[in-house]
Amino acid sequence: MSDLADGPAETVEEVTGTGIPIRGNDIDTDQIIPARFMKVVTFDGLGEYAFFDQRFDDEDNEKDHPFNEDRYQSANVLVVNSNFGCGSSREHAPQALMRWGIDAIIGESFAEIFAGNCLALGIPTLTADHESINALQQWVDDHPDEDLHVDIVREVVEYDDTEMSANVDKAQHKALVEGVWDTTALMEANADATRDVAESLPYVESESLPRTETDD
Amino acid sequence: MSEGTLYDAVWDEHTVTTLPTGQTQLFVGLHLIHEVTSPQAFGMLQERDIDVAYPELTHATVDHIVPTGDRSRPFGNDAAERMMEELEDNVREAGIEFDDPTTGDQGIVHVIGPEQGITTPGKTIVCGDSHTATHGAFGAVAFGIGTSQIRDVLATQCIAMEKQKVRRIEVEGELGPGVEAKDVILEIIRRLGTDGGVGYVYEYGGEAIENLGMEGRMSICNMSIEGGARAGYVNPDETTYEWLAETDAYADDPEKFERHKEYWESIKTDDDAEYDDVVTIDGSELEPVVTWGTTPGQGIGITDPIPDPEEMESGDADVARRAQDHMRVEPGETMAGYEIDVAFLGSCTNARLPDLRAAARVVEGREVADDVRAFVVPGSQRVKAAAEEEGLDQIFTEAGFDWRDAGCSMCLGMNDDQLEGDEACASSSNRNFIGRQGSKDGRTVLMNPRMVAAAAVTGEVTDVRDLKEVNLA
Repeated sequence: MSDLADGPAETVEEVTGTGIPIRGNDIDTDQIIPARFMKVVTFDGLGEYAFFDQRFDDEDNEKDHPFNEDRYQSANVLVVNSNFGCGSSREHAPQALMRWGIDAIIGESFAEIFAGNCLALGIPTLTADHESINALQQWVDDHPDEDLHVDIVREVVEYDDTEMSANVDKAQHKALVEGVWDTTALMEANADATRDVAESLPYVESESLPRTETDD
Repeated sequence: MSEGTLYDAVWDEHTVTTLPTGQTQLFVGLHLIHEVTSPQAFGMLQERDIDVAYPELTHATVDHIVPTGDRSRPFGNDAAERMMEELEDNVREAGIEFDDPTTGDQGIVHVIGPEQGITTPGKTIVCGDSHTATHGAFGAVAFGIGTSQIRDVLATQCIAMEKQKVRRIEVEGELGPGVEAKDVILEIIRRLGTDGGVGYVYEYGGEAIENLGMEGRMSICNMSIEGGARAGYVNPDETTYEWLAETDAYADDPEKFERHKEYWESIKTDDDAEYDDVVTIDGSELEPVVTWGTTPGQGIGITDPIPDPEEMESGDADVARRAQDHMRVEPGETMAGYEIDVAFLGSCTNARLPDLRAAARVVEGREVADDVRAFVVPGSQRVKAAAEEEGLDQIFTEAGFDWRDAGCSMCLGMNDDQLEGDEACASSSNRNFIGRQGSKDGRTVLMNPRMVAAAAVTGEVTDVRDLKEVNLA
């Protein structure tokens, strides 16, 4: 587990900050980050392209979109509806949101690959029912300067006088709360067991196996 | 939970251990990479000073940004050239096999794996690409991953994930003339929803699926993710084995074929397997399906009326209203007669040889309609060569189609092949999301390859079954 110290191994037990609502079901990753901005070899600078085509017209004039509104510029908790992040597997999508300033996302439901990508970046994706999300989006709309508190440990979102229960997937909960989300380090520690599985599979040729230390 | 399915068997065979997160550490039998989602993963490895653990189990190609016209180096687009160079550097340093365009083996990642025989039953296959489920057509457990997981696979040849539920989708009966695999999967997504498959792996079976060739099965598995399912598969059978026996991997090594076949047979779903859910669809009732909206779940039969948002639940109704506004269609109309500007025959869903053959039969003796840009982008260089061997390129070019080199092309508009302004496109690809084909005002209508051909020659969405003297066999 020697690499754990280098990786993003801190825990994510809570996120506090102001909210920003993005309404609508089936918001796909092509909307979150259009493919033409992915002609890059790093994730640096993707933040400015988040929701680009929803935010700007052909002449680069700003359109109505929460990500353009002054009142939401310091927001870090995104509140969305159902099947958010569907479509492509591009990690560029949560990277763009994170680099824009998003630290947590609460929604009715998330596409699986998107939620997995968020976890890899330490961004919790909490789910709640339609009514709760609508109420939260409305409150954020009305109170753009007020903090909400996302408690991953207790699986609740606190705002105003409301305590809204929100679900955190079991593996995500454990990973974030216990700080064990550097899966590379976790799995590297099991290299011998991995090799055993590889050797047991009839389709893995022996020359494809990594050299062991005794080979070196 | 499911028991006795192919998914259960493959999961067990590849389980390394249970991680402290409660997730399973799963061994990856084949890792496919391309230029868009891998460079950052290699960067992360370099930051940590970790080598690629099993380079021979990773296979690379270039597909998303590669031009389909002039492919001389350096590429005309600087960013594309930079991505290509980055991939070339990464695979050279790691010792990963790379099918670049000079090899004649380049193509869309989900086309080249199967044609080389490295996609096989009972393998776990991952790629930083959501359409990786395509490989499930061979009875592999295949799914898309993010870039941090690509880093995991490069570093450990494993991924951390939770086991999913299994839904059997039984497609009974025979498909009618002009009805293809694409129509089956569009219908499945329409019925179960774009998020109906979240948490599930789809097992496709039944008479209509068993009667399909490997290419049709690939079209179906390919679009599993459009229904929310990260993976979808078909149990291997003689059709699968006949394909594999002719591939590079097995053609000269019958002994290896027999040895591996024992394993392939061993992981098939048991007769008394238990599923978490079963859905049955009557394939004989289907007609060609086209989309009217901006998600792949917004499809209808070509003779059916576009649905009315007023009759939907509130969330769906909002999505439908926005979609109909964008597409400029009205409830009650059919999609037949919807004018198009572009016809795109390509993508990992429908750019294999039988797709091109079927479309060519429609096009033969006809001409692309005035003011329509039509082009064919074969799924791989091998598909292209095989099509040219049969003279399909002649049929397309004589009709007025452009005949291009292999790549993802206008499926997602990362190279120069893009919609302009509010052009409408009849497309054999997999996503009709707003902006997907390169223009935020562009309008995409998804359909099967024959329907794309029919739209190209008439200039509007057309029921291919109504065209005179078309061989739909």
